[in-house]
Amino acid sequence: MALPADTTAKFAEYAHSERLVSTDWLAEHLGEPGLAVVESNEDVLLYSTGHIPGAVHLDWHTDLNDPVTRDYVDAESFATVLGERGISRETTVVLYGDKNNWWAAYALWVLTLFGHEDVRLLDGGRAAWIAEGRELTTDVPTPAAATYPVVARDDGEIRAFKDQVLEFLGGQLVDVRSAPEYSGERTTMPDYPEEGALRGGHIPGAQSVPWARAANEDGTFRSRADLEAIYQQEKGLDPAEPVIAYCRIGERSSHTWFVLQHLLGFGDVKNYDGSWTEWGNAVRVPIATGAEPGEVPQR
Amino acid sequence: MTSGPDLPTAFAAIVDDFQALTEPDRLQLLLEFAEGLPDLPEKYAEHPDLLEPVPECQSPVFLTVEVGEEGSADGGAPLGPDAPVRVVLTAPRESPTTRGFAGILAEGLAGLSAAEVLAIPDDVSHRLGLDRAVSPLRLRGMAGMLGRIKRQVRERVAA
Repeated sequence: MALPADTTAKFAEYAHSERLVSTDWLAEHLGEPGLAVVESNEDVLLYSTGHIPGAVHLDWHTDLNDPVTRDYVDAESFATVLGERGISRETTVVLYGDKNNWWAAYALWVLTLFGHEDVRLLDGGRAAWIAEGRELTTDVPTPAAATYPVVARDDGEIRAFKDQVLEFLGGQLVDVRSAPEYSGERTTMPDYPEEGALRGGHIPGAQSVPWARAANEDGTFRSRADLEAIYQQEKGLDPAEPVIAYCRIGERSSHTWFVLQHLLGFGDVKNYDGSWTEWGNAVRVPIATGAEPGEVPQR
Repeated sequence: MTSGPDLPTAFAAIVDDFQALTEPDRLQLLLEFAEGLPDLPEKYAEHPDLLEPVPECQSPVFLTVEVGEEGSADGGAPLGPDAPVRVVLTAPRESPTTRGFAGILAEGLAGLSAAEVLAIPDDVSHRLGLDRAVSPLRLRGMAGMLGRIKRQVRERVAA
């Protein structure tokens, strides 16, 4: 049984308000059957230093990435990972984490690839919970294992691959990395070459909207009006047209994917998880440098 | 894998401790190193500009290296390979993995000479048995710290 949606007034403005819960809502529902609270952080040890009581840990790298192929885990592994955490297909999963929910949004996106229906983000993430002085514990829960079905991943709806992006040139692309990464400026010191990519810059035509612009100072999402002002008025993105977001490895762009898909209600949003570590290393793909989107090559 | 003959005693002991544990316990030990990282000495706490950032880490990490006898004035006799090295590292509590690597380096390099620090193999972060539990990407931060420590030592000794 899905838990009720959070009816916080701020959320009601968003296109899919049921995708967010507030710290108040979570505190009220903690421990209810059918709810799994899942912490997902950049730092693999942060959960161990203290987490929301009852929350289980899900690591983006060791749990959700395939250890050999650059891809997400397969259906069997995914079923094991969720089942071990007491999560079944019907469970309401609330994700939260550090860094404005950066990694929690990434985990949410991966859960969505596997079609997990009811997955939500805690607005403000770990920082908001802590800032409000709410309880943390180092006790690691041992939920009874659940049976999670082996469900094939659907990479068609919300995931984009390099060849698709090449075909998509001229369409709405959003680069969510920082300004120096977008422009192609080097940010590392001499003698310390950038290990991630051989070339700097961005995909021609991509708009630059650093992902964190979607968040307030306290890590909560900006209001719908603020988000529309950034993505629609300032950048001219059309919610009726498809859009592909990318960053370096697809994590920051999962955050923007969440904003466009669930908060602003864009109809067709994909995350290009190959992102700059693929594009910036690929042979003979077009690249633009500088602060402007640049010329889209004729095909 | 064993620590190998090319590591100083203290560092070899740390590597052996990690290798003797199961994966979950290795993470626990890394957390203990994170908790054990000493606070910044006062002179650096008040002057963070004296520290070098480590962008290879996913979180704000700063370090500096002191070479020579403690309290010795700059501009003295040229420093040789036997000059003692003190490593100062800081990493935020919200980044316990990175902080744990800093703690390992702080303890593993304590009391070494410039030559001994420079002889530490660059791949030492991969000997802790954490590649699977922590991921190679995150271990890159530790290699970044060590690389910068060694560069600072080389600059001081050559100066």
